Amino acid sequence: MSGQTTATPTTPAGAHEVRDRVVIRFAGDSGDGMQLTGTQFTRETALAGNDLSTFPDYPAEIRAPAGTTFGVSAYQIQFGSTEVLTAGDELDVLVAMNPAALKVTLKDLRLGGTIIADTGSFSERNLAKAGYETNPLEDGSLAPYQLIPIDISKLTLDSVAEFGLSQKEALRSKNMWALGLVLWMYGRERAATIEYLERKFAKSPEILGANLAALNAGHAYGETAEMSGTLASYTISKADVEPGLYRTVSGTEALAWGLVTGLKKAGLERLMLGSYPITPASPLLHVLAGLKQYGVITFQAEDEIAAVCSAIGASYAGALGVTSSSGPGIALKTEAIGLAIAAELPLVVVNSQRAGPSTGLPTKTEQSDLYQSVYGRNADAPLAVVASATPSDCFETAIEAVRLAVKYMTPVILLTDGYLANAAEPWLIPDTDDVAPFPVAFRTDPEGFQPFLRDSDTLARVWPKPGTPGLQHRIGGIERSYDSGNISYDPANHQRMTETRAAKIAGIADDIPLQEVAVGESTGKLAVVGWGSTFGAIYQAVRRVRDEGYQVSHIHLRHLMPFPKNLGELLAGFDRILVPEMNNGQLVTMLRSTYLLPAEGLNKVTGKPFKVAEVADAIRSRLEA
Amino acid sequence: MATAVSPAVPHSPKDYASDQEVRWCPGCGDYAILKGVQKALAELNASPENTVFISGIGCAARFPYYMSTYGFHTIHGRAPAVATGVKLANPDLDVWVISGDGDALSIGGNHLLHLLRRDVNLQFLLFNNEIYGLTKGQYSPTSRRGTRSPSTPQGSLDTPVSAGAVALGAGARFVARAVDTQQPKLIQALKRAHDHQGTGFVEIFQNCVVFNDGIFTEFTEKAVAADKQLHVEHGKPLRFGKTGEKGIRLDPTRLTLEAVTVGENGVTDDDILVHDETNKVLAQMLVALEPPEMPVALGVIYCQPTTTSYEVDVYAQIASVGAQSDDLNGLLRKGQTWEVLP
Repeated sequence: MSGQTTATPTTPAGAHEVRDRVVIRFAGDSGDGMQLTGTQFTRETALAGNDLSTFPDYPAEIRAPAGTTFGVSAYQIQFGSTEVLTAGDELDVLVAMNPAALKVTLKDLRLGGTIIADTGSFSERNLAKAGYETNPLEDGSLAPYQLIPIDISKLTLDSVAEFGLSQKEALRSKNMWALGLVLWMYGRERAATIEYLERKFAKSPEILGANLAALNAGHAYGETAEMSGTLASYTISKADVEPGLYRTVSGTEALAWGLVTGLKKAGLERLMLGSYPITPASPLLHVLAGLKQYGVITFQAEDEIAAVCSAIGASYAGALGVTSSSGPGIALKTEAIGLAIAAELPLVVVNSQRAGPSTGLPTKTEQSDLYQSVYGRNADAPLAVVASATPSDCFETAIEAVRLAVKYMTPVILLTDGYLANAAEPWLIPDTDDVAPFPVAFRTDPEGFQPFLRDSDTLARVWPKPGTPGLQHRIGGIERSYDSGNISYDPANHQRMTETRAAKIAGIADDIPLQEVAVGESTGKLAVVGWGSTFGAIYQAVRRVRDEGYQVSHIHLRHLMPFPKNLGELLAGFDRILVPEMNNGQLVTMLRSTYLLPAEGLNKVTGKPFKVAEVADAIRSRLEA
Repeated sequence: MATAVSPAVPHSPKDYASDQEVRWCPGCGDYAILKGVQKALAELNASPENTVFISGIGCAARFPYYMSTYGFHTIHGRAPAVATGVKLANPDLDVWVISGDGDALSIGGNHLLHLLRRDVNLQFLLFNNEIYGLTKGQYSPTSRRGTRSPSTPQGSLDTPVSAGAVALGAGARFVARAVDTQQPKLIQALKRAHDHQGTGFVEIFQNCVVFNDGIFTEFTEKAVAADKQLHVEHGKPLRFGKTGEKGIRLDPTRLTLEAVTVGENGVTDDDILVHDETNKVLAQMLVALEPPEMPVALGVIYCQPTTTSYEVDVYAQIASVGAQSDDLNGLLRKGQTWEVLP
């Protein structure tokens, strides 16, 4: 979409332009600090009042061999004066800190787009490592683009000379030089970055000095170059957004705050996160570890199994048990999740999905654990599944996961993914007083107590807390007698318990909102049905195609087990159903089997999010067929 | 499975028994251990509502169903992890983990290692019968090499693991051993484990009458008991034998323990080592003693007292970040924000 709204074949140097949206990618070696550069640019852009969406893309190796293509780390941001819901299909500006970065990302740059390249890093050695036979900055191959070659390495060294750093240390500031330049190009402030650097390097005055000097030098370079007419600058007006107090939020932060909000709304004292480090889920453990004053206990367990088991133990003891991982870790937790289903204990299981199977592509995004969530356990083991659509939506889905877990005494799987975990967007900060409370009533009365007494509406069993006099009882994984919870091998009892567990989860459908249409009419020729982080791309694609005159609707699912109870009826009102998913066709199969509808899939498993254009093309082809 | 309100001050072992019929094989050592635990709780005057028994899978793991306390029968090997979560959620609960040799040392070996090194304040009872009972008799990680079982018809090939050595190696600060049928000594060990701040690890030699009957007779049989059991007591000489004529002496040239007889070969009372339960090196040597050459060390082999434990430290850290807060709006507004005006 950026290509359509911003494509000017060439940008005259020295000009000042107004744009409504821009897509930039900072790309460099994994040791070049590209994630930090991107995050700071995001912060300054949010403060400048633009809407934005980001996509950090980094290698699995912490420090892959320098200069190689597989070691390229990148951070993409789309920002604009109108609604921005994806990180953008095509790049307008590529900041390439070395030849490998150029090699890997050039294919994403639109024709006529801008390349800012650090010529100092285009040495013969680096060119060879990236697989270039000739220097692309000199061989004319970049003619379709606007190339701005700058020796950022040398200019950085010059700017930090006074701090007496080694050449290696000094060059580490070159990301700040590049950031300074790009901030200047888009008229951004430097204050938030300066404040950040002052905090980060408070104990190393030389490093702080060098970073600040490089940042300022990059910015000053822009001003000078503008005067000499070699570099263009741009204005992107503030987005027309709802008034109120904003912040930038990543999916991980929103999720952590949502869990804490759920904890308080449930009226529980403690949230116990049992977790084992795994990419890309670990940041949730890190964020929650910093929230101890809000009732959070974090426990870094010895393995994934201990992580989920400790959370189950915490729930058994009357706290909110939470465990967090990614697909392979969730697989290890499977048996224990079955225990929580059997013992009917609340448990929130967060899965930050990644590409698989097995180790797969740990740092790349995918949404291929839907089957695992809904079906992936031994025996008939139903539980509730919800999925987050955007970074800020993680806040609401986390609260919903907690609500369902404590109200229905069940594990709830909350699906996010590597993209949502790391992506950031501006967020109109909600007033948490507006979130309806759902207080837990622990059983305290010994009169007539049985551990498997159920609420007649929800079928949830009572939650008795150890330590309560007169409620001593024993529960476990062996099938339990319907009321007493005593071990029971009675065939009729197992039939009844299996059906009751299923009915309890199915009954959640009565307690969740009816499915609405995100864009378009509630009947028609084509519904595009999505779930999870594909929301932004599908939403923008449907809107774009509708603007072209096509009739198409967008339906986005938050609840995946059970489905909202009107979903079948709603989908039946469309001639065709298209289900874009970053997997090989999972929701589409569920919809087909549940509703006997001829839904068809649009599947992408490259480890990258959908482009708006890809979804839009698919929609057009279905409607033109 | 609810239990009627228990008396305010229970004092009889029966007060700790549930209404469920015990379903171990007749003659199983687990009966004696159940009786011992119930007696120990009565002597400790434990509050049933504050006591939680947590188990994994195996014959021993049915234990919680037979107690009138809170109980959670979980999954194979994972009881230490579940118990850690219980203690973190509510450190005031008195938690007992019931496990077996397969549960604790095979499928759950990793969890036992980490429970012990963290030193969570609970009691861990390992019922060691050197066999898999519930799955019908396969050899276990403590089975001696050559054990013939349905899965090892020609005899097992793996070297058995020593529960005591594993516990000490993992950093346990309390290691005791007892025999199922030796009630007063078992109860004493259980009470000591309970009084210890941190994980109280007790290995209980338990006879499986069906699949491994008599596996411990070489030191438990009455006829040999005096000569093959070394009951250790802090501050007292390491003596054994029918009249206490035998003892344990340190051979300083080989840095090993040797069994000697006082009055023979010039051995005097002064040569006999005095048990120091705070000495880890001695503890490591004692758990390594094995029949037939040496007696089996029983009682509190190692106890390194401390005033803290894992969950206590966790809560101290929570307290150190300041008062607990419900200010969600404040949390969401921390850091950089900006106002968009109408």
